[in-house]
Amino acid sequence: MALAAMPDPNGIPRSDAADIGNTDVHTLAASSHLKRLEAESIHVMREVAAEFANPVMLYSVGKDSSVLLHLMQKAFFPAPPPIPMMHVDTTWKFREMIAFRDRRAKETGCRLIVHTNQEGVAQGVNPFSHGASVHTDIMKTQALKQALDKYKFDAAIGGARRDEEKSRAKERVFSFRNAQHRWDPKSQRPELWNLYNTRIHKGESVRVFPLSNWTELDIWLYIYRENIEVPSLYLARERPVVERDGQLIMVDDDRMPLAPGEVPQMRKVRFRTLGCYPLTAAIESDADTLPAVIQEMLVARTSERQGRIIDQDASASMEKKKQEGYF
Amino acid sequence: MDLETTENQSTAAVTAIDDYLQRHETKSLLRFITCGSVDDGKSTLLGRLLYDTKLLFDDQLAALEGDSLRHGTQNGELDFALLVDGLAAEQEQGITIDVAYRFFSTDKRKFIVADCPGHEQYTRNMATGASTADLAVVLVDARKGLLTQTRRHTYICGLLGIRHVLLAVNKMDLVDYAQGTFKRIESDYRVVAAQMGIEHVTAVPLSALHGDNVSSRSQSMGWYNGPSLLEHLETVQVEHATSKLGFRMPVQWVCRPNQNFRGYAGQVVAGSIAPGDEVVALPSGVRSRVARIVTPDGDLTRAVTGDAVAIQLEDERDISRGDVIAATSAPPQVADQFTAHLLWMDSAALLPGRPYWMKVGARLVTAQVTEIKHRVDVNTQEKRPAKRLELNEVGYCNLGLDHAIAFESYEDCRELGGFILIDRQTNATVAAGTLNFALRRADNIHWQHTDIDRTARARIKGQIPACVWFTGLSGSGKSTIANLVEKRLHAMGYHTTMLDGDNVRHGLNRDLGFTEEDRVENIRRVAEVSKLMVDAGLIVMVSFISPFRSERGMARRLFEDGEFREVFVDTPLEVCAQRDPKGLYAKARAGQIRNFTGIDSPYEQPERPELHLETEKASLDELAQRVIDSLLAR
Repeated sequence: MALAAMPDPNGIPRSDAADIGNTDVHTLAASSHLKRLEAESIHVMREVAAEFANPVMLYSVGKDSSVLLHLMQKAFFPAPPPIPMMHVDTTWKFREMIAFRDRRAKETGCRLIVHTNQEGVAQGVNPFSHGASVHTDIMKTQALKQALDKYKFDAAIGGARRDEEKSRAKERVFSFRNAQHRWDPKSQRPELWNLYNTRIHKGESVRVFPLSNWTELDIWLYIYRENIEVPSLYLARERPVVERDGQLIMVDDDRMPLAPGEVPQMRKVRFRTLGCYPLTAAIESDADTLPAVIQEMLVARTSERQGRIIDQDASASMEKKKQEGYF
Repeated sequence: MDLETTENQSTAAVTAIDDYLQRHETKSLLRFITCGSVDDGKSTLLGRLLYDTKLLFDDQLAALEGDSLRHGTQNGELDFALLVDGLAAEQEQGITIDVAYRFFSTDKRKFIVADCPGHEQYTRNMATGASTADLAVVLVDARKGLLTQTRRHTYICGLLGIRHVLLAVNKMDLVDYAQGTFKRIESDYRVVAAQMGIEHVTAVPLSALHGDNVSSRSQSMGWYNGPSLLEHLETVQVEHATSKLGFRMPVQWVCRPNQNFRGYAGQVVAGSIAPGDEVVALPSGVRSRVARIVTPDGDLTRAVTGDAVAIQLEDERDISRGDVIAATSAPPQVADQFTAHLLWMDSAALLPGRPYWMKVGARLVTAQVTEIKHRVDVNTQEKRPAKRLELNEVGYCNLGLDHAIAFESYEDCRELGGFILIDRQTNATVAAGTLNFALRRADNIHWQHTDIDRTARARIKGQIPACVWFTGLSGSGKSTIANLVEKRLHAMGYHTTMLDGDNVRHGLNRDLGFTEEDRVENIRRVAEVSKLMVDAGLIVMVSFISPFRSERGMARRLFEDGEFREVFVDTPLEVCAQRDPKGLYAKARAGQIRNFTGIDSPYEQPERPELHLETEKASLDELAQRVIDSLLAR
């Protein structure tokens, strides 16, 4: 690992990352910053449970969702989470994600709803022949709207953070959506202190972001401190990948069409975000334990959304998608 | 690699992360806003700060270079404003619409910064950012000096309790780094800040574009010996007013997983609590002791301000969401009338007397502004009389609630003294407010017990009292139908009376005109009078245009279930205007009468009236009979 050659703005001792399994050394004292973030998020979740008739938590199996689920257990303890979680399954997720999801739902006692856009499946929509944007629109954005309409959820909790992207940085914690699920960035409700206006008319809904004020680093440190389980895709392993347009794509199953002469190679890679496997680029890394991942984070010079192929069309594309109902 | 080396390295990584976490955790956090007038360079300053503190990732830099070429205003040079103006509309228009939150940290501190819009029309978004800030960076363009928005933003910072301002005199490069210019602006600003109760002002001359005095001291201003902007942010002490108050926790959620457990979940907003402490729930006043403080990581021996907890009490008590659990020594006051400052944030003006939802702590009540004592001109600090508050105006008001609440003054406790108002029709957040103190008025006027009550009065008349509220356009036939109904009821031996809009305006409401706020007051008085008459046992016909849903709703809430009968007399506007029995539509259309319902003032149709009478589909006789049938069917 090239850590020693990197600048070290945070003064972290430079040492090579470990290459044995995860450790269970968690000897940290109670801590103020993460505790404050945790309390703020718990406050938000309790407001949702108290003020909405039919809320849901959107669960995407990633690290932010893992933190959300953990916070939900804390917020309502000793009661089981009163808010079900829903996964919008595009059918192109990493196989490990699906197994992880089902196991975590069982372990936490949180009711799991899985929704897939069956029309999209019937039309054979996929990221290869339809392209990233069409696939994402039909299997993710449209699927989410279908599910919200079907179950008539009035509030949907999501794991988005303000440090992820420019239009996210502008979004409220309780973000209003009209009956067509659209976000109007020009007339958001003012949101003072921690007083959230939860009143809506029939058909309207609110997206709620309890992790708004967390950074990517906070998420990882919290996962570490609280010993929260995340899919091992976040840790570096030897995985079969192909290189396309400079991005490393993992061949997760045999649906992935290979170009003539293209042969998957075993490379030691990990993922900074998890989504549809053909649309989620891996990075080469030796960080195969949580502490090593966090160490890499501290010197990272590339923000995490870069691994999401869908964001690179135009820099305002996330805002456009959000206006149309993307989470 | 042999096993021993591997283990050593693994331990090293863990130790490194633990050390880092420790420092990450103990580093203090400063939340600040950047504000000031449009074009003073807020977004550029913030972008420069992120760039200088190396908080930008390589791909973000690459995107910035692309965006700078496409939308930039710096001739293809890096345009730092584009880093923070994230909305497409903002980039196109080159302005900031909504507050953007950014996160960065240095060796000394962590920061959350809210970049606030400068345009007056987006003041509410600026207030959103300011409500959670410890410090404000107020930018001023050195060429322009203090502007209206500088004063407005400073006023709102003061109102929301920000005690520290860093005055950033920007664009010093464009005034040749002249010390005199800086000194003049600084002394002007100190006068303004003092008026607005802001105690700590530090002024820094800088150029965000060139980086002078942003993260390092400028070479171009040898006359300046103070800190750079970043140095000040890293070192300023913002005393978190460690509250003198005892334990306070608004109940957010009642946790009842089974018969054996009842916990009260909430965030501690003042003081601390331990098992065994005696507490009181307000406003009910029931007392108990803390049995346990429950968390999934085990019970706590103490919870402090800021903690999100669930508390189990020794006794089963009826405590619900919105109640405040507090220490029994010096608990908060309970009241239903207050003085408060209001920042109005909606394009529809505040109307005194109109009911709004009020959210304070975890409590939702109905509140009315009973009086606007004055409006504050935010530019001059002058107090002006006002009958309404328009968008972005600040007023000092009396507030009446339909339920008593436990509260603190905003100065003592933001969580129990800050509130928002929500429009009951549109659900928009229309105001932010800060409670000052309780009015004693209601305390000293007690309800006089009377031996003969409303039931007795009704019984002797042998009838069930009611308020029959006819609403509809002028000329729709309200009074005609109401008159027919009363005549028949009278003939049948019922005790009735009639309140007619025109007639009441000759007497009780002689002092009121037809502006929106007078119309609200008109209805409030009539509703109160008809309630007195229903209490007397009468069947009351009220015939009023009463164009606004919220006031009809207010009238309805004065009565018991089933007592209030809303009758919508539905006649199309063209038909009313054609009939025009009093010649009013002709005058209104000629511009001789202002605020005439249906012409230049709205009529909001009832959504769920008890009776909907369409005058074009049946005769007035038949319609009157339907009213009587529905009354007698009770």
